[in-house]
This record gives sequence, structure tokens and C-alpha cells, in this order.
Amino acid sequence: MGIEAALPVDGFLTTQLRRVINWARRSSLWPMPFATACCGIELMAAASSRYDLARFGMERMSFSPRQADLLIVAGRIAIKTMPVLQRIYEQMTEPKWVISMGACASTGGVFDTYAVVQGCDQYLPVDVYIPGCPPRPEQLLEGIMAIQRHIDQSGIPPTPPGGRRVPLGLVIEPTHRVRPQPVGITVGGV
Amino acid sequence: MPADTKPTLDHPVFKIVKDQFPGKRFRGTEYRGQSTLIVDPADAHEVLAFLRDDASCRYNFLSDLFGIDYLNYPSRTIGRFAVVYNLVSHQRDDRLFVKVFLDPSLPTDGTADDPALYLDSVVDLWPGAEWPEREVFDMFGIRFRNHPDLRRILTWESYPAHPLRKDYPLRGRGEREQYRIVDRTSA
Repeated sequence: MGIEAALPVDGFLTTQLRRVINWARRSSLWPMPFATACCGIELMAAASSRYDLARFGMERMSFSPRQADLLIVAGRIAIKTMPVLQRIYEQMTEPKWVISMGACASTGGVFDTYAVVQGCDQYLPVDVYIPGCPPRPEQLLEGIMAIQRHIDQSGIPPTPPGGRRVPLGLVIEPTHRVRPQPVGITVGGV
Repeated sequence: MPADTKPTLDHPVFKIVKDQFPGKRFRGTEYRGQSTLIVDPADAHEVLAFLRDDASCRYNFLSDLFGIDYLNYPSRTIGRFAVVYNLVSHQRDDRLFVKVFLDPSLPTDGTADDPALYLDSVVDLWPGAEWPEREVFDMFGIRFRNHPDLRRILTWESYPAHPLRKDYPLRGRGEREQYRIVDRTSA
């Protein structure tokens, strides 16, 4: 399924440099998981074998912000956590993207108290908002694919002609239909 | 009060404490088998030390220590704030709540060092009280004498309020909105 399947027999193909770089870039997004709540559990589920985040070149969760491209803010941001999150974002190298995963990261969710920041997008440039409490792994994958589609369209370096890349501000809507999982169980031969 | 919810003050420790400290004032209450001994703030440390060391009490374990703000409580209370010690005796398999009421003498909307909101620390009796007492200080502004390290534990040093006081607004006074904005030009 890789690029070798598209190669002609004599072993080379011609393309545009921008396309190759974008292909490499979007196929190796290394996420920086900032998991502070139950959204983090769904993030872990998305990385597990059932949903297999590795299909998108993301099997390497980067726990160092300096080696990450994609900040996934999964969970509520407490007032003491926001400066930490901002520092992590600033340590990430360009090009970088931010996913705000779940209701709490995007709006504060049900935690409308003095101790919880009401949406990390007030203080961070968020590219993709994923609704849900928590979102299913399919929806997180949908958000990641939205960023990948955006990278496919971007230039080198990934900025618009004005020079400054504004946050994308995409909102993901669920496209999957939840169905019962196919489990067949027999107990004692019955 | 219906008859079936009338407190039964038959906890054996009530009598022991009364006999041990004849000059001190005690109040007691009970709810669904859990007895509470209400002590004056000045007597708290002495009574708690007795409850830990006396052979017929032996409350060797401080299970919890927390504060309560009774502002706008529906029924009448002895004081505005309370600090509750949740004592457990492993030897006797028994649990006792000791409650101390405190009334502030200064306005409670800031972080003023109120001389009326002081209690003796029980870290010397139960070392595990160190962090709960810091939390009570952080959340209610009740300070503890002889505490080894009385700093705020959850909010930061310069936090402008004690947030679990009932006259502090639930959504805060803007503490959750005072951050610099990181955008694509600065990072």
C-alpha cells in the first residue's frame, strides 16, 4: 500500500517537491499528548490496536514537545496548567498544529468554576476542535485526517502568502454511526 | 425534629472526655451512628492529644481533616467556619468526628490574616495532618499555629482569595482569564 506500489517498473517517478514534502509531513505527524482527563483515555484507545493511530504515521507519541508536530489537548485545563500548556506549545518546533479534543478543552465543559480555563483556544491557536464528552476515537481520527488534508494543500513552509499562518479553527462533526460491536460469546458449548 | 432522627449521644468517648476535662465545654451530636464531638477552638489540641493517647480512646489514625463554611446554611450553626477531624481507632474499630467552630473577626472576601481564624496544628500528633491543614488554609484561610510548612497547596502563593469560602463566587474573580495570549506570531 506504500508508494512503491505506484512506482513504474524502472524504479523512479516524477512529482513536485511540495507534494513529496507534504506527503512526508502529513504521514509522520508526531503527537504531543496533553491528556489531563477522560479524553486522554479515548486518546489512548485511539492509539491502541483497535483504532490504530499508527496507520496515520502517529504511532510514536512524543512526550517531548521539541520532537512533536501536533499538540493534542485532551481534557480540562486547570488554572495552574495553562502556563505549562503554553510553554509546551512554544517549545514545539514549526510546523505545528493544535487539536482541542473534547468539550472541556474547547469550552471548559461542565466545569464552569474558578479553577478551570474556559477553553484553551482563548490563549492558544487551535486548529481543530473535536466535540464530544469524550469524543470517540473515530472522531479524533477524523480531526487528525482534517489536519492531514490541510497539510496536503499547504506550501513550503506551510504558511499563506501573508506569512502568518492563522489557526485553522476547524470543527469536526461525527461521520461514523455507532453500531453494536460484533461479539460472539459461547459459554460451555452453548 | 422527628423522633427517629433525634441524636443518640451514647458514644462511650463522650463520657470519657467529659470526665477527663470537667472545666471544659463540650457539645455532641450524632447522625446515623456517626458521633461528633464539638470542642472549643482553644481546647482542640489538648482534647485531640488525649483522644489519641488515652488507653480507652486510642484514636491512632487521623482519617481526614477538612474545613466547612456554613455561610447561608439553612439551619442555625455555632459558627461560620468549622474544621472537622475524622479520627479512627484501629484497635477499637471506631470512628469519631471532632468539630471546631470558628468565627471570623475580619471581612472574609480577601486573604487577610484573621487572628480569630487560628487553630493549633495537629501535625505533632498525626504527621499526616500536614497537607490537609495546608489545604484548609488554602481553601478557607484558617491558619494553623506550629505548622511546619504552612503554604498554599493547590492554588499559588499570590492567589487573591480563599476559594472554598461561600462568599467567593463560584466562577472566581477573573483568575481563570488572566493569561497572555499565545498566537502564531509569538510562537
